[in-house]
Amino acid sequence: MQVLVVLAVALVAFFGVALVSRAALRTFAPAHQKPTFRDMPLTASFGIAVILIYVLVAVFAPLLAPFKESEVVGAQYLPWAAPYYLGTDKLGRDMLTRLIYGARNTVGIAFATTALAFTVGSILGIWAALVGGWLDQWLSRFVDALMAIPALIFSLLLLTIFGTSVLSLILVIASVDATRVYRLARSVAQGIVVMDYIEAARLRGEGKWRLIRREILPNAMAPLVAEFGLRFCFVFLSISALSFLGLGIKPPTADWGSMVRENATLITFGDITPLLPAGAIALLTVAVNFVVDWQLHRASGLKE
Amino acid sequence: MNEIWRMIGRRLLLGLLTLFVISVVIFGATELLPGDLARELLGQSATPETLAALREQLGLNDPAPIRYLNWLWGVLHGDFGVSMATKKPIAELVGGRLGNTLFLALYAAALSVPLSLMLGVLAALWRNSVFDRMSNALALTSISFPEFFVAYILILWLAQTGLFPSMVRITASTTFSERIYMGFLPALTLTLVVTAHMMRMTRAAIINLLASPYIEMARLKGMSPLRVVLRHAVPNALAPIINVVALNLAYLITGVVVVEVVFVYPGLGQLMVDAVTNRDIPVVQAIALIFASAYVLLNLVADVLSTITNPRLMHRR
Repeated sequence: MQVLVVLAVALVAFFGVALVSRAALRTFAPAHQKPTFRDMPLTASFGIAVILIYVLVAVFAPLLAPFKESEVVGAQYLPWAAPYYLGTDKLGRDMLTRLIYGARNTVGIAFATTALAFTVGSILGIWAALVGGWLDQWLSRFVDALMAIPALIFSLLLLTIFGTSVLSLILVIASVDATRVYRLARSVAQGIVVMDYIEAARLRGEGKWRLIRREILPNAMAPLVAEFGLRFCFVFLSISALSFLGLGIKPPTADWGSMVRENATLITFGDITPLLPAGAIALLTVAVNFVVDWQLHRASGLKE
Repeated sequence: MNEIWRMIGRRLLLGLLTLFVISVVIFGATELLPGDLARELLGQSATPETLAALREQLGLNDPAPIRYLNWLWGVLHGDFGVSMATKKPIAELVGGRLGNTLFLALYAAALSVPLSLMLGVLAALWRNSVFDRMSNALALTSISFPEFFVAYILILWLAQTGLFPSMVRITASTTFSERIYMGFLPALTLTLVVTAHMMRMTRAAIINLLASPYIEMARLKGMSPLRVVLRHAVPNALAPIINVVALNLAYLITGVVVVEVVFVYPGLGQLMVDAVTNRDIPVVQAIALIFASAYVLLNLVADVLSTITNPRLMHRR
């Protein structure tokens, strides 16, 4: 019975958010963008709305949160009642506050990691495709070797060697994911470097860096942007998983993965509080996936 | 028939080469440290004597290639070295847990593969129906969920009522049926995580074929839609389906890490997480090698199977 109620509420919320956000996008979009939003699916408009909300919460976290990030405000495991709207955690810190700050920390770190992985992976990939020859061979075989090891296992191995801190977490995940980005960027760029305009640019005497930046990158942008969304999801999930395992972002920094771990005992008593941070992770990943799905669908012109 | 064996032989050689490269990467990763392992583990305050003692204990005084060969020789003989945290032989630590992890992965595979193939065929059969749309949305959603979220929802829903245990205790005297019962929630979690992807790919592989002329012919003969899909579409869609199944089984092997921790399941993943926390490098290297080998092996099997099911690949000139 309870499950049905939860499902019904979720469905209503989904359609409500999706419809409102689609209407808003249609109204406020600049004139030349209007056709993009006219027939966007509800899933995509829902995704955009959710991502916007997360970004706003992350940016304005100190204004929105009722307490300080790691301030002990009361007894441990208080129930949901004002002024602790979502109760307190095992050290007596306000759950709502930590959820809000988690948006900033978890999403921020995941975003930085993805951006790093993308910069390194796509530049190396395009460079390999542009230069070719032995450099391309060596880099690609090296990446192949790294990709033969499952990502999570390889990250765990690297974290053992370099120790578990936020910086090594970012570097490890970014380098593991950069291999995947490298593959895509290289294969996309290989199709571009054989074009006539690249030949012309080379004959003009443009340098490698300028070729990458001005000629290849703008034309490789569409698949790379879609990949960025997907990659962000993977990075976000693996960072949360590692934090959940106690190997990622460490307390007292508020982070969704470790919040689930810290308060997991509550679940066995039927309290859903620890599920909130996990749900926050899931909701953002779903939202990003919905938007990426829509973008891919549009870009490929696929009509099933 | 000879062709098949030659192909399998070639793939096996390639697999062995991959495994060799993986072992070099796993072993060589420790060489990335700016100082050496002993200094990293003991910190800046270590005295020269303790450093020298630890170096001696870890065998760090030999040059890297020699150490690698020693390690590889040991691994090939089932000797993974000694754990730094517990001082026990790693083979002993890993032994029983490897069986538990394989049991869990196989259990999840036994649940998820038939389920996802069936749902995939149905979604292809009833494409663009409500069932298809719902399954699409659910697939996207379940791919986006972290494993521990799914696991805790199941605990909240199924373990709360006392239907299934939320912790798994396996001892030597645990019978098979008890294992099935206690492992149900972890296996169900893994099933939910991988089913969606397999199902979508099955659907896509079948729908790709439905536009072919021979399917049209089968329809015009008056065959029922289900029979068209099962008799004519599925056999030709086997190769991509086998590949995606293998990919997801490989995912199961790494996915067990988080799930094992949630359910306190005594498997390799749990051991690995503990070892990472203690920075017990020999143990992590051993388990990483085991997981990576399983990953390579599964991909190898998928490769061979999908070639065998496709006559065009078998008789290539």
